[in-house]
Amino acid sequence: MHMPATQSSSEIAYNGSMKILVIEDDREAADYLQKAFAEAGHTAHVAGDGETGFALADSGDYDVMVVDRMMPRRDGLSVIAGLRSRGNTTPVLILSALGEVDDRVTGLRAGGDDYLTKPYAFSELLARVEVLNRRASAREADTVYRVGDLELDRLSHSVRRAGREITLQPREFRLLEYLMRHAGQVVTRTMLLENVWDYHFDPQTNVIDVHISRLRGKIEKGFDKPILHTVRGAGYMLKSG
Amino acid sequence: MTLSVPAIMKTTAARLSALYLLLFALCAVLLVLYMTSLSARMLTGQTQDTINDEVLGLARAYQRGGLPLLVRVVEQRSRQPGANLYLIADANGQILTGNVQSLEPGVIEAEGWTIEPFSYRRFGEGELERQRNPVSDPNEPAQSEVQAEGEKGHNAIALVLRLPNQMIMLVGRDLGEPERFRAVIRRALMLALGMMGVGGLLIWFFVGRAALKRIDSVSEASRRIMGGDLSGRLPVTGAGDEFDRLSENLNSMLARIATLNEGLKQVSDNIAHDLKTPLTRLRNRAEATLSGKHNTSDYRQALEGTIAESDQLIKTFNAILMISRLEAGYSSESTTRVDLAAAVHDVVELYEPVAEEAGVTLETSVQGSFAVNGNRELIGQALSNIVDNAIKYSTDSTSRPTVRVTLERVGSEIRLAVSDNGQGIPDDVDRARVTERFVRLEKSRSQPGSGLGLSLAKAIVTFHNGRLELLPGNPGLSVVMSFPGREDR
Repeated sequence: MHMPATQSSSEIAYNGSMKILVIEDDREAADYLQKAFAEAGHTAHVAGDGETGFALADSGDYDVMVVDRMMPRRDGLSVIAGLRSRGNTTPVLILSALGEVDDRVTGLRAGGDDYLTKPYAFSELLARVEVLNRRASAREADTVYRVGDLELDRLSHSVRRAGREITLQPREFRLLEYLMRHAGQVVTRTMLLENVWDYHFDPQTNVIDVHISRLRGKIEKGFDKPILHTVRGAGYMLKSG
Repeated sequence: MTLSVPAIMKTTAARLSALYLLLFALCAVLLVLYMTSLSARMLTGQTQDTINDEVLGLARAYQRGGLPLLVRVVEQRSRQPGANLYLIADANGQILTGNVQSLEPGVIEAEGWTIEPFSYRRFGEGELERQRNPVSDPNEPAQSEVQAEGEKGHNAIALVLRLPNQMIMLVGRDLGEPERFRAVIRRALMLALGMMGVGGLLIWFFVGRAALKRIDSVSEASRRIMGGDLSGRLPVTGAGDEFDRLSENLNSMLARIATLNEGLKQVSDNIAHDLKTPLTRLRNRAEATLSGKHNTSDYRQALEGTIAESDQLIKTFNAILMISRLEAGYSSESTTRVDLAAAVHDVVELYEPVAEEAGVTLETSVQGSFAVNGNRELIGQALSNIVDNAIKYSTDSTSRPTVRVTLERVGSEIRLAVSDNGQGIPDDVDRARVTERFVRLEKSRSQPGSGLGLSLAKAIVTFHNGRLELLPGNPGLSVVMSFPGREDR
């Protein structure tokens, strides 16, 4: 995995600019995040401790917040719980050095929407933050997803491309469903493992790649245009054209 | 040991014995008070009965011979020794006959029973002092002398009757006996209290001192252990009492701490050994890239390699941390009922395309549905590590490479086995060693992996109170996880 360099950032940052609040006490890490988000086309504000972060989040209109868990003056979970109790529903990604199953559960229970363990790859963080942005993923309620000539019906569990029926295994269907819900967004392997298989560990082999290539065979073979793209060093993206 | 008084009072034993002493004394006092008042009432009742009998006798004499006979009988009885009191007075209270010389004023005027003991004096005992008048008359020196001697006369209760001719008759009985009885009880009470006091002090002294000594030896030992001697243990006398149990519990706690400490030390040794190698590689690569002339794509390649290497390091590090936390008995609140059949299904489905790509047949045999208490995520991870290994090592099979996942109940255990038909583990290798951290057999060194997959799986199975065993598969290897069956099935 690599940092999004200038040439690949255009392909990763697709859906306009986001306003991101980073609450992180490590100055260097915060600066790095701010710079990296800017390179990806987003605006990031940094708060160096929990209290400042809470005040900023409470007054500003942010699309996504990235909150460190352990901070001076006020810890991340308390900031999130405080914001939630004040009716603030801004999506939150929790960053933490604590990576046990229980830590993730407590984090999500406190009101976090996603959880990422340090150390992480920025491409992973960026992909997750972009998926969290609600404006980009307002497809939850749709019953039919469409990307180009690909069509997925969530009720009848059927998939068509250019009018031709494609038969998928149940798990393949869920995989495609997730990719289509986040069409145009980068989806990492870990995100797929978490959301399609509900596993949060790192498999020894890249099992996801094999599943993707199988799915790709089914939805691309016999059609002239590729639709499931590999984003180098980051993950996959479903995108027409 | 020398202890000042406040230090003694600080000991639990001393405080307890003082408290017991106080409570016992209170109970004893209450009991004796109750007993005295009960017996006093009983004795008064008896005295009253005696007086009644006496009055009946006198009444018969009066009926037979009128007043003269009554007076004669009274005079006669007055002369006899005994506790009975007789007195006949005229309407003005002037004593006419009887064995009473004087008595407390007011008694004779009150007709009926006088149960409240009053003072009186018999003939020949001198004049009764005026009790209800403590300021004594200076004209009566004899009286104050009597008072100084404490001679207050005797106490009695009496029945006063008015005779038909307005004369007054008093029949009473001295209370000397009951009062002596009461005094005996009071003395016994004082003695008992005194003995209890002495006993309490003795108990305090011995028990308190003994307990103090035991506790002191325990704190002495714990100070030694805190000082760095982790192999030190608290003294156990073998008496099997509370102190022994406390020491035993603390000792097993210390043993557990020592084990954990040992484990930690081993982990840090392993980290030092096995993480230094990739770190050195990482550093060398960076150094080599910096020296010498390179173009942008060389740098890019070097940096990508660096990131890949550090990602691998992070994975290894995470695995080490996880194993340590599982082995340390990390308590999970997310322990639930885990359906093992579903776990097998999920993992097999996850690995099926990988197996197919590697030309390995992945078979499952699940007989019935089985559940264990645990964490789905951890069990999934253990199983996927094992299946991953099995797929890798079955590719050198001499026949068609196959990995078989079997889930069945054997006795009270639920057995989850992953068998491959590869080359297996050579017989000259200690199989148990394979699950140790970082152990990688020679031929697997070429395979990617940290060498922690099986160790992690073993830690997870142990965490679920199960066992992980490596059995020869003829050919190949069988990794067997045995879990205790859930009670509710």
